[in-house]
Amino acid sequence: MATKKKRKKLTETEHKVTAHDLAKKQREISVSEFFTKNRHLLGFDNPRKALLTTIKEGIDNSLDACEEAKILPDIKVRINQVKNTEDRFRVTIEDNGPGILKSQIPKIFGKLLYGSKFHRLKMSRGQQGIGISAAGMYGQLTTGKPILITSKVSPKKPAHHYSLVVDTQKNEPRIIKDEIVDYDSKRGTKVVIELEARYQKGRQSVDGYIEQTSIANPHTDITYINPEDKETRYPRASKELPADPKEIKPHPYGIELGILIKMLHDTNAKNLRSCLTNDFSRVSTKVANEICEKAGLHGKARPSRIAVQEADALFKAIKLTKIMNPPTDCISPIGEESIIKGLKKQINADFFTSNTRPPSVYRGNPFQIEVGLAYGGDLPEEGLIRLLRFANRVPLLYQQSACVIAESVMGTSWRNYGLQQSAGALPSGPVLLMVHLASVWVPFTSESKEAIAHYPEIEKEVKLALQECGRHLSTFIKRKRKAADEFKKKSYIKKYIPHIGVALKEILSLNDRQEKKIVNNLTDILERSRS
Amino acid sequence: MTKTLKKIEESASTIHSKITKKQKPSMSFPIRSLSNVKYIPKRGFLELIGQKKSRTLTVNTVKTFAQTLRVMSLSKELIEKDDIATKREAYYVSKNWDEARFEEQPESDTVIDDVEAMFEVNREQLGFIPEEKGGDVAGKLVVIDKDQETGKQLKIDCTKFGSGAYSIPISTEHLKFETNAKFVLVIETAGMFQRLVKHNYWKKANCILISMGGVPTRACRRFIRRLSEGKKIPVYVFVDGDPYGISNIYRTLKVGSGNAAHINQYFCVPNARYLGITPQDIIDYKLPTHPLKDVDIKRAKDALKNDPFIKRYKEWQKAINQLLKMGVRAEQQALAKHGLNYVIEKYLPQKLKKANSFLP
Repeated sequence: MATKKKRKKLTETEHKVTAHDLAKKQREISVSEFFTKNRHLLGFDNPRKALLTTIKEGIDNSLDACEEAKILPDIKVRINQVKNTEDRFRVTIEDNGPGILKSQIPKIFGKLLYGSKFHRLKMSRGQQGIGISAAGMYGQLTTGKPILITSKVSPKKPAHHYSLVVDTQKNEPRIIKDEIVDYDSKRGTKVVIELEARYQKGRQSVDGYIEQTSIANPHTDITYINPEDKETRYPRASKELPADPKEIKPHPYGIELGILIKMLHDTNAKNLRSCLTNDFSRVSTKVANEICEKAGLHGKARPSRIAVQEADALFKAIKLTKIMNPPTDCISPIGEESIIKGLKKQINADFFTSNTRPPSVYRGNPFQIEVGLAYGGDLPEEGLIRLLRFANRVPLLYQQSACVIAESVMGTSWRNYGLQQSAGALPSGPVLLMVHLASVWVPFTSESKEAIAHYPEIEKEVKLALQECGRHLSTFIKRKRKAADEFKKKSYIKKYIPHIGVALKEILSLNDRQEKKIVNNLTDILERSRS
Repeated sequence: MTKTLKKIEESASTIHSKITKKQKPSMSFPIRSLSNVKYIPKRGFLELIGQKKSRTLTVNTVKTFAQTLRVMSLSKELIEKDDIATKREAYYVSKNWDEARFEEQPESDTVIDDVEAMFEVNREQLGFIPEEKGGDVAGKLVVIDKDQETGKQLKIDCTKFGSGAYSIPISTEHLKFETNAKFVLVIETAGMFQRLVKHNYWKKANCILISMGGVPTRACRRFIRRLSEGKKIPVYVFVDGDPYGISNIYRTLKVGSGNAAHINQYFCVPNARYLGITPQDIIDYKLPTHPLKDVDIKRAKDALKNDPFIKRYKEWQKAINQLLKMGVRAEQQALAKHGLNYVIEKYLPQKLKKANSFLP
């Protein structure tokens, strides 16, 4: 009875909470709080992954910067364990890129969600401007140490050195040190982050990540020094820089309602029609009129007004209007030749093949699929094949089973191509398979960018590329088996013909000369019958 | 014996002359299956129709080809030396043949069977003997054999084995018989044979008892054939009432097998008759039964469809169909339901009174 009474009392007090009380609790959530609560979304779930993500973000930025500046990237990655600690590491990533202007450094590294890549549609590794500053903030939260940046933009200008922390209340950079220093290289950027982490060897670790990065980026030279002070060099296999991808405007099919509303708000266009034609890809005046008509809106209407009242109707009208696919020349694939170069550099195999599909479109976003395959050689005969997944040349190490690439590989019948495969599993055999998705916007299943979401268009393209490589593989396997059969036949002849000679000699009491003639004649007969 | 030798030499010489002319040599064998036999009641056994398969020397057949020739050579040696080898021994001899050796005995058995079929002789004539023993005999029979050392005549009285029995030797060609028995009773199981021996049933019925222990061996078949033909006495077969007893055991005893049809001529007992257990017995004697298993049903249907012997006799088709319809089988020893000695006191005497109504 006592408990019942108590509960009643409780509900009564709850009713007495007023809007004023609630308002006291309502405040801006600080970035650090958001980060701490959502670190798994950003790839910092545990110390092991934190180390990987930090290095990944650093390398991504360096490569993107070098390629945009048309410089063949030389990257140096070093991990040091901080003395007298178990779980503290210092990560240093150094590139020969264009450098960063002094004024930009604090914002890029000291402010979350600041970057050049979110506001445009262009194929690049980074997308949201979270990565490197999140890594810096993780370091700051776990060790209290600032992020150190040294950058030089030209051989004629001095290098700048910054020591930064993020003001986690305001999401603003706070400069601790700002000085001019000596820097050996002509230009480039060096970033140092100290963080709580754990180093582990193996495929799902920094080691594997760097190896795979070198496979998918054969134009890159990477030097990697692990915490045990062991240096590994991944030399450049190709001196060709990837073609510079073009920036495109968003395609109407690719946007969501929220983004549409935001675009209507932010547009410089005076009226709805010009907003549609100027801010979107593949919308002509004719198409714009058609959309307006279907939405029951006037082409001259003010975009900001539409944003408030009729955005929903506009959004539906877009879906009902036939709009040409976006241009696809904005994608820069690795290329069939470079894929093979990248694989050959790291893998000792008997056979290599690759396939780059023509570009295609999912939900208004252009994308392109590439597959590379290595067979035999040092690859293990037993067990499932090794699958490497890449999105915009970045290796994806986690959540393989949630990824459209793995699903497409499992959904392809590899038995047709000479590999073994149990239902619903990866095939088995001495195969390394790499699948690359290049797109202006990679549809990851989460912010930690580990798996690609399931779009039927993507799955179809992956399968077509896999099948093409599969056909090459099966030709090779068949040829190899045929050669093995030939060899077996030859040894068969050698092994068994003498026995026919012996038996006939015994039964018919022949002499040695006759026996020899039998063996010679039979060898002739069978050799002839094989060709 | 020299006839077989001649066949081996002729065959080898044909192969040799082909090779000398730089042509691909080949061997041909009769196809060993029920589909390649016919049954003519007058002749009394399943005989080959004459379909042959030929094995031409190619890369794929070179191993078997070489092994077949080496087995032929071994056979020639055995015949010349008047020696014998069991199939197991032959397998071990092959271990001297380097790459041409047999890995497992079934491989050498197959090649020996092939050679045997190729020359249409039985393997004893090639010098190869089986390990299996022939079967047991008790009752009113005197077997005349030779002493292995002195060659002196030996008379073996099969009534003098007490609770034991005379064992049929592997080779029976040299045996002679003395008997005044009225019939030979051939029994499937050793258990039933033991019961009849223990109670000296042969004395009471004036007969010879032979136990086959399952499908009769070649020696057992040859022994019964020579005994019944030489002494002109009827043979009655007493087996389990199931498809295996009918189409495997009884059929093989009477007309031979499909697999070794080239020797059925010698290894059949055309005047054998089926005493029981018949499907009708199951009803008449109210025997306890077991349901037919899938393999039984398959065997029965297969016999109706493919067995030239069953296909020749309406009586057998009727009996097998009856069994299929009842869906059950009954063992010989099921008669024990009516008392352990029911088989001696009632069943056999009643059946023997109507010997001319036995199934063919």
